[in-house]
Amino acid sequence: MSHGEESPAVAATARIASEIAAPAAASVDRDARFPKEAFDALREEKLLSALVPERFGGMGASLAEVARMVSLLSRQCASTGMIYAMHQIQVACLVRHGTTPVLEDYLRCEVVARQALLASATTEIGRGGDVRSSTCAVDVEGDHFRLVKQAPVISYGEVADAVLVTARRTPESPPNDQVLVLCRTPSVTLEPRSGWDTLGFRGTCSLGFLLEAAGSVDEILPQPYGDISAQTMLPTSHLLWASVWLGMADEALSRANAFVRSEARKTPDTLPPSAVQLAELAALHHQLAASVELGISRYCSIADDEEELTTMLFALEMNALKVSGSTLVAELVTRALQICGISGYREDSPYSLGRLLRDAYGAALMVSNHRINTNSAHMLLVAGR
Amino acid sequence: MEERIRGVLAQHGRMPVDVAGISDRADLYQAGLTSHASVNVMLALEDEFEIEFPQEMLKKKTFESVSAIRQALSELGATV
Repeated sequence: MSHGEESPAVAATARIASEIAAPAAASVDRDARFPKEAFDALREEKLLSALVPERFGGMGASLAEVARMVSLLSRQCASTGMIYAMHQIQVACLVRHGTTPVLEDYLRCEVVARQALLASATTEIGRGGDVRSSTCAVDVEGDHFRLVKQAPVISYGEVADAVLVTARRTPESPPNDQVLVLCRTPSVTLEPRSGWDTLGFRGTCSLGFLLEAAGSVDEILPQPYGDISAQTMLPTSHLLWASVWLGMADEALSRANAFVRSEARKTPDTLPPSAVQLAELAALHHQLAASVELGISRYCSIADDEEELTTMLFALEMNALKVSGSTLVAELVTRALQICGISGYREDSPYSLGRLLRDAYGAALMVSNHRINTNSAHMLLVAGR
Repeated sequence: MEERIRGVLAQHGRMPVDVAGISDRADLYQAGLTSHASVNVMLALEDEFEIEFPQEMLKKKTFESVSAIRQALSELGATV
């Protein structure tokens, strides 16, 4: 989509990114605080329900539009973009799989009308980062459930209005027979167990918690989590995270470009040495942009085909996007820093790359590339020949 | 054929239940078959029945139950 024909939602996001997220980014990073001002503005414009279909009162935006919005925010403040992405991943799961009347009401009355912010608790202490197995279980009594989970990470948990939590279907179920449960305030409590003082993505406030929740059995998504994961959570996560990295890469390229232009003005008749490095950087950026676009169009082309979404081939493609995109973004920002030199190293220069560099290294670590590659390695034993 | 499939599941499926007690149509994933273990099951089935699963068959549905596996193997011309 060219800039000339951007939708009102994308235009509103662009304005919030440059007018609100950008000036707050340094303090969000320094204080490792939630980017409240950006989210107040996003709520004001009803952008938290961008992905919700119009029949529930949402904007009915496409995943491609939301990906663009994520990139625009991430360009100015990667934490803001990442939180927006993580929220939309949860919304996508509710839209596609929240097919009970109670969950549909939640979309209409809370996500749309009140612009509820949704967080996620898929990992669990003791399961080594494996989101496809749980120790905790849903305990159902009558038409109510109870659930206790030791979550090593719930990003922005302290300010979220609900958390989508994975758990074993019943206390008797094997670890991989999981469901996804909507745990809503005020009947979910989060007791902080670990802090979030990290190198980058500091504004995501990804603390660890002991989560205790109760609610109606109608708030348990009816499909197995394995299906929700394959059809929605895994692909939208990898696509929207990659959109975060693309936004960061956009900014790194733009800063390097501005620096080279300023150098060129000083010596109008000769090509600055950094200009060729900039061309190399632009080619690398193109690689990332192309793989994000390919991933989105691939997902959209099979989004209605439940069987196709569960193929190993598609899972391998999404894993490849995550691993290559998260590696590329760190490479891109590092190269931009080499181009800008001391001006990029300085914190008080328009070419500063410090925060972008710190955030970029989180891409491969916050969801471990090693884990994703291990998962792909298993699949490649039978697929891809 | 079902017994040989059950034999492969028992040996490679790492399931927390007795495979002999699982009905032909029961959901293997709900019974504890993980995606990693399912890869080992696929490799063992290829070995046991001397077939190779084509790319388009490598999806959740193909391996969701004993009867689904039997049908896939039949389509590939596996001999009993």
